[in-house]
Amino acid sequence: MSTLPLVALVGNPNAGKSALFNALTGARQKLGNYPGVTVERKAGRLSLPDGRPVELVDLPGTYSLDPTSPDEQVTRDVVLGRQDGEKLPDALVIVVDASNLDNHLRFALELIALGLPTVVALNMVDLATRDGLELDARILARELGVPVVATVAVRKRGLDDLRVELEGMLGGALTVRPAPPKRDFDAMRKEARRIAGATIVRETPSRRLTAAVDHVLLHPVLGFVLLLALLFVMFQAVFSWAAYPADMLEGWVTALGEAVTALLPPGILHDFLLQGVVGGVGAVIVFLPQILILFFFILMLEATGYMARAAFLMDALMARVGLSGRAFIPLLSSFACAVPGIMATRTISDPKDRLTTILIAPLMTCSARLPVYGLIIAAFIPAVTVGPGIGLQGLVLFLLYVAGIVGAMVAAWALRLTVTKGTSSGFLMEMPKYQFPRPQDLAIGLWQRAVIFLKRAGTIILVTNIVLWILASFPHAPASVRQSEYSIAGRIAGAIHVVVAPIGFNRDISLALLPSMAAREVAVSAIATVYAIDAEDDAQALEQGLGERLQGRWSLATALAFLAWFVFAPQCVSTIAVTRRETNGWKWPLFMVGYLFVLAYGAAGITYWAAVAAGLG
Amino acid sequence: MRLTELPLRQPAWIDGIDWDALSLAEGQRLREFGLCEGASVEALHHGGMFGGGPIACKVGRMTIAMRRNHAAAVTVRTGPEEPAERAA
Repeated sequence: MSTLPLVALVGNPNAGKSALFNALTGARQKLGNYPGVTVERKAGRLSLPDGRPVELVDLPGTYSLDPTSPDEQVTRDVVLGRQDGEKLPDALVIVVDASNLDNHLRFALELIALGLPTVVALNMVDLATRDGLELDARILARELGVPVVATVAVRKRGLDDLRVELEGMLGGALTVRPAPPKRDFDAMRKEARRIAGATIVRETPSRRLTAAVDHVLLHPVLGFVLLLALLFVMFQAVFSWAAYPADMLEGWVTALGEAVTALLPPGILHDFLLQGVVGGVGAVIVFLPQILILFFFILMLEATGYMARAAFLMDALMARVGLSGRAFIPLLSSFACAVPGIMATRTISDPKDRLTTILIAPLMTCSARLPVYGLIIAAFIPAVTVGPGIGLQGLVLFLLYVAGIVGAMVAAWALRLTVTKGTSSGFLMEMPKYQFPRPQDLAIGLWQRAVIFLKRAGTIILVTNIVLWILASFPHAPASVRQSEYSIAGRIAGAIHVVVAPIGFNRDISLALLPSMAAREVAVSAIATVYAIDAEDDAQALEQGLGERLQGRWSLATALAFLAWFVFAPQCVSTIAVTRRETNGWKWPLFMVGYLFVLAYGAAGITYWAAVAAGLG
Repeated sequence: MRLTELPLRQPAWIDGIDWDALSLAEGQRLREFGLCEGASVEALHHGGMFGGGPIACKVGRMTIAMRRNHAAAVTVRTGPEEPAERAA
C-alpha cells in the first residue's frame, strides 16, 4: 500500500468521473484489483501545486451507500475505511453532474455526512450551459458547507482550482473516522432538491441535443437498423483499416527473423529464436491493429453514451430469450474479451439472469479469436468485393460474429428453459446524455488495451510457444519422417487427432488445439511454430506468409470447419478462471466448457460434412 | 393513469408508486433514480418494434429506461402541477 496521501474520486455513474480522473492523472495510471474481489482498482498520481504527490483512486460509480453489486460495495467500504487493501481516504472529491444536480446532490449529501475532508467537483458545467442552465458554485458551496469547484475535464482552470483545494485539505495530520452513514433517504432527497433549486440561478428552455438525437436513434425501426449498420461498419473496419499497419508490423517481424538468421550461426539457439519466439509471438503481434480498432469502437460507444441506447433497443429482443437488455453491454464487451465481459455482468441484479449471461458470454467472438479468423479468412477467402464497399472477407468475418450471436441467443433460450429456469428480471437503467468523447480518454483507453495485449504476447503466449517449440523439436526425427509428427507434441497431437479427424481437422489443428486453451491466439502462433520447424529453409519459410503455407496444406472444408470450431470453441483458461470466481465454484465453469465443447464439435462437423458434400473437400 | 398509458411527450407528475409490486432492489434503484410522489415525469420513447419493449422516460432531469411491468407500478397524473412537493 502506498504511503502517499490518498484521495478518492466518488460519485454517481455518468457524473463524468473517469474523464475527470484522466484529466487529473494523465497517462500515469495503474490498473489493479482489490484483493478477494474482481473489482478493478484504478489509481493514478496527482501533483499538488506545492509539488507534493498524491495518490488518486477512481472508485466505481454508485447511486448511494446501499450497494446492490460488488463494485458498489467496494465504493462504500473504501469511503468507510473498511476495504481490504485500501486505507481510509485522506480526502474525498465528490463528482456531481451539473445538469443533474437534484439527483446527484442526494448522494453527495450522504457522502458529506461521513465527515471526511471533502471537495465537490461541479462537473460538466459546459454541458449544463448547453442545456440552458446557469449555476452558481458559490451558492452550492454555502449550502453544502464544503468547497465547490466548477470543472470541465478539458479545461485546465477548474482542475487547478481542485488541486489548490486539495492542497489546503491535505496539510495537517487529520485523524477523522467516518461517521456511520445516514439513512434518511427522503429527507436527503428533499434537501438535495432544495439546494439544487437554489444553485440554479437561471434556466432557459433550450432544444436539448440528447432528446433530438434520441428521437432518431431510439426509433423502434430506424434505431434498430442504425444499430445493425453500426455493428456492420465496425466489423468491416476491423479488416479494412487494419490492413496497412498490419502489413507494416509483419514487415518488421520478417526483418527481425532475417536479422536473427544473419547474426546467429545455425544451431539450436538460432532455431529456438527464429521458430519459437519470432515465428510464434510475431504471428500474434501483427493482429494488434485489428484489436485496437475493435476496442476503439467499443470505447467510442461507451464514451458517447450510445451503449445504453443499444441496450434499450435490444431489451425487447433479449427479453424473448429470457435476458435483460442490460446483458447487451457485457455481451458487447465480450467481443473484446470475455473476462471483462463476465465481470461486467455484475450490473445485472437477478442471479439467474446474470448466470445465463455469464454462460453465453464466451460465444461472443472475443478479440483473441480475431488472429485465428484473420489468418484463415486471409488465406482461404478471396479479397473480392461483393457489393459497393462490401468486401467478401469483411462479410465472412461479420457472418462469423453473427453465428456467435445467434448461437448465444439460442443457448440463452435453451438455458432459460432448463438449468437457469425462473422468472426473468427487469431492465432498469439510466440513459446518459450524449457527449463527444475526448480524444485523450480514447487514447488512454486504447493505450491500456495495447499494453494488456502486448503483456499477454510477452508472457502467456511466449511461454506457451516456448514449451510447444521444445515439445515439437524433440526428439529429432529421422530424415524420412516429418518433425511435427515424430516429436512429443506430434505424438500428443496424434492422440487428439483420433477424436477430431471425423470433423475434418488435420494433425496441424490437433496440435494447435491444446495450447490454444492458454490463449486462443496461440492457435495461430502454434501453427506458425510447427511450420517453421518443418520448413527446410528457415529464411524462405518466414518469407512465405503463414497463409500461403496453409493454402498448400489445408482443404477449404477443413479451414471452414476450423472457423466454425472457433465460433463456439471452449474458452481459454482465463475465462474459466473468472467464471469460477464469479460463480463461486467449479460447477458452472465445468458446465460451460462441456456445453461449448459439444456445440463446437457439432458446428465444425456439420460445416465440414456440408462443405465436403458441396465439393469443397 | 399508469405510466404505461401516458402518451409520449406529455408532461405529468407521479401520483403514487406501488412499492409492493417491485422487489426490494428494484424499489431502491427506482428511488435512487429519483422516482417519488410528486416528481415530474414524461414518457419519451417506447422500445421494441412490435410494442412491449421498455419505456424511456424523463424523471426530473434524468432519463431512465424501465420495462412495462415496472412502469405499470407507477401511477401518474397530468394537468396542473401541485406545488406541495416542489416547495418542500
